[in-house]
Amino acid sequence: MSAAKPSPNQSLGGTLRRLVSGKHRSPLPGFGPGLAVTISWLTVMLFVPLIALIAKSISLTPSEFLAAAWSDRARAAYTLTFGAAAIAAVVDVILGLLFAWVIVRYRFPGRQMLDAIVDLPFALPTAVAGLVYSSLYVKNGWFGQFLVPLGIEGAYSRFAIVLVLVFLGLPFVVRTVQPLLSSLEGDIEEAAASLGASRWQTFMRVILPSLMPALYTGFALAFARGLGEYGSIIFVSTNIPFKSEIAPMLIYSRLEDYKYEEATAIAVVLLAGSITTLMLINWLEARNRRYAR
Amino acid sequence: MHVNSVRTQKTAGKMVANEPLWFRILLISLCYLIASVLIIVPLIYVFVQAFSEGISGWWNNLFNDAETRHSVFLTLIVVPLAVLVNTVCGVAAAWTLTKFKFPGRTLLMTALDLPFAVSPVVAGLMFVLLYNLRTGYFAPMLNAIGLKVIFAWPGLVMATMFVTIPFVARELIPLMQALGDDEELAAVSLGASPWQIFWRVTLPNIKWGLLFGVIQCNARAIGEFGAVYVVSGRIERETYTMALRVEKLFQDYNNPGSYAVASVLTLMALSTLVLKIILERMVAASMEQSSAE
Repeated sequence: MSAAKPSPNQSLGGTLRRLVSGKHRSPLPGFGPGLAVTISWLTVMLFVPLIALIAKSISLTPSEFLAAAWSDRARAAYTLTFGAAAIAAVVDVILGLLFAWVIVRYRFPGRQMLDAIVDLPFALPTAVAGLVYSSLYVKNGWFGQFLVPLGIEGAYSRFAIVLVLVFLGLPFVVRTVQPLLSSLEGDIEEAAASLGASRWQTFMRVILPSLMPALYTGFALAFARGLGEYGSIIFVSTNIPFKSEIAPMLIYSRLEDYKYEEATAIAVVLLAGSITTLMLINWLEARNRRYAR
Repeated sequence: MHVNSVRTQKTAGKMVANEPLWFRILLISLCYLIASVLIIVPLIYVFVQAFSEGISGWWNNLFNDAETRHSVFLTLIVVPLAVLVNTVCGVAAAWTLTKFKFPGRTLLMTALDLPFAVSPVVAGLMFVLLYNLRTGYFAPMLNAIGLKVIFAWPGLVMATMFVTIPFVARELIPLMQALGDDEELAAVSLGASPWQIFWRVTLPNIKWGLLFGVIQCNARAIGEFGAVYVVSGRIERETYTMALRVEKLFQDYNNPGSYAVASVLTLMALSTLVLKIILERMVAASMEQSSAE
């Protein structure tokens, strides 16, 4: 918080006076109009919609809210949504670390292509990802013809949901780990090696701990992306209540029935879940960063 | 992000890869295998399917289908509008948040990230709660002036805007923080007007970063599905964007049509990647220049 260091000037009166008179520390122009644009933009696009969501949810009595947000069907949907997003994010952390490691540390043909292609899930519309994943893994699909006989159903199953979320979340981890990995000083590793540490020990005790903050952030971003994802999952999932219905899908089906209150209650739980996770991860990351120093 | 990935290329040379050769080859092959399964094969599959009826079939599916044609047209209206507003406001926000210190600054910074934590479906729901013509909080006002937001293009623009709020501002803030405001201060002391400062000093410094943010914002806006799906009401020839059209054709078992639209979206994503690589180099060069001065 910027208000952490109280000064006489930062009292409410002082703040108001500075806002009104335009006397803030920088002599640069544009504070008033800039702040006005920023606040109006965020108010119309972000704050008012959020307030509408909260207002709608508190218009329900607590028992109505619970009945909508905590029904068996809703609970099954949360479990699937949070579970699939968590599994996918863990897989992404492992794969992302591998990609970042190989791209940063090794020189090999096609390295730059690999580095560039990792960004594709950011740029590709999720509907396209869903469309392709849904047909690659069916019985006569390119991958499905080998996998389905082995009992691996990569389409229209829960595994399919995880699979497409792994695709979507991968660049988040790679792109957060990559800069940290390349800024690691080689001398620490050399020191570890000269003290007799094996390569594996150096990795586990020296490199991995200093990458932890980035891995946490990458996990959080991939996880948050997975929680909210809708576009690709409606292609690859059978969308059956209790079995393969994710929370955003349930919200949509409530909306289609014009049950706005119920949809809102479920949305509040989903939103609270993702904000809590992000805050928790932020805290973990900050703590880790402090210890790493 | 881009600033750091360039550092990758610079410092990576001094890193000595001292894992055994077989181990390095193993990790690199593993990366190639995963990238092929998750990204490269799906990419190829889109084009194989889209051109399964030849180029003329692809062309027919795209341009001789009135609904598909309309979806292209609608996307060309909705996306630029959303990107334009978010770019102008994003620049204003980045300016205000990096050049000035004021109470509530951290709060606004956090708010800019919030859309990442909100499921697109929940975002769409918020706008439905506000703007639907029966029970919406703004319904009386909208009915009075006869404006339809939900199930019409203004809703599509708003939903797309919500999801892409962070992109431009998030790209500019670290860049402008790194650049500092010495040059702007010098311009002020020489008597430059606010517009002169922005157009002649700030904009030339941030132009590549800005373009980078706009391109990412644009890619995300084109691909947006969940939020748009909720507010569109899916009315033929009225509220289908290209991403929604992919899903509709897929539901109608029109695979060639669906893949034809998907292939155009994929081409857009690929050009985004290429532009990103070019811009990353430009940004790195301009950062180098400013730090050398």
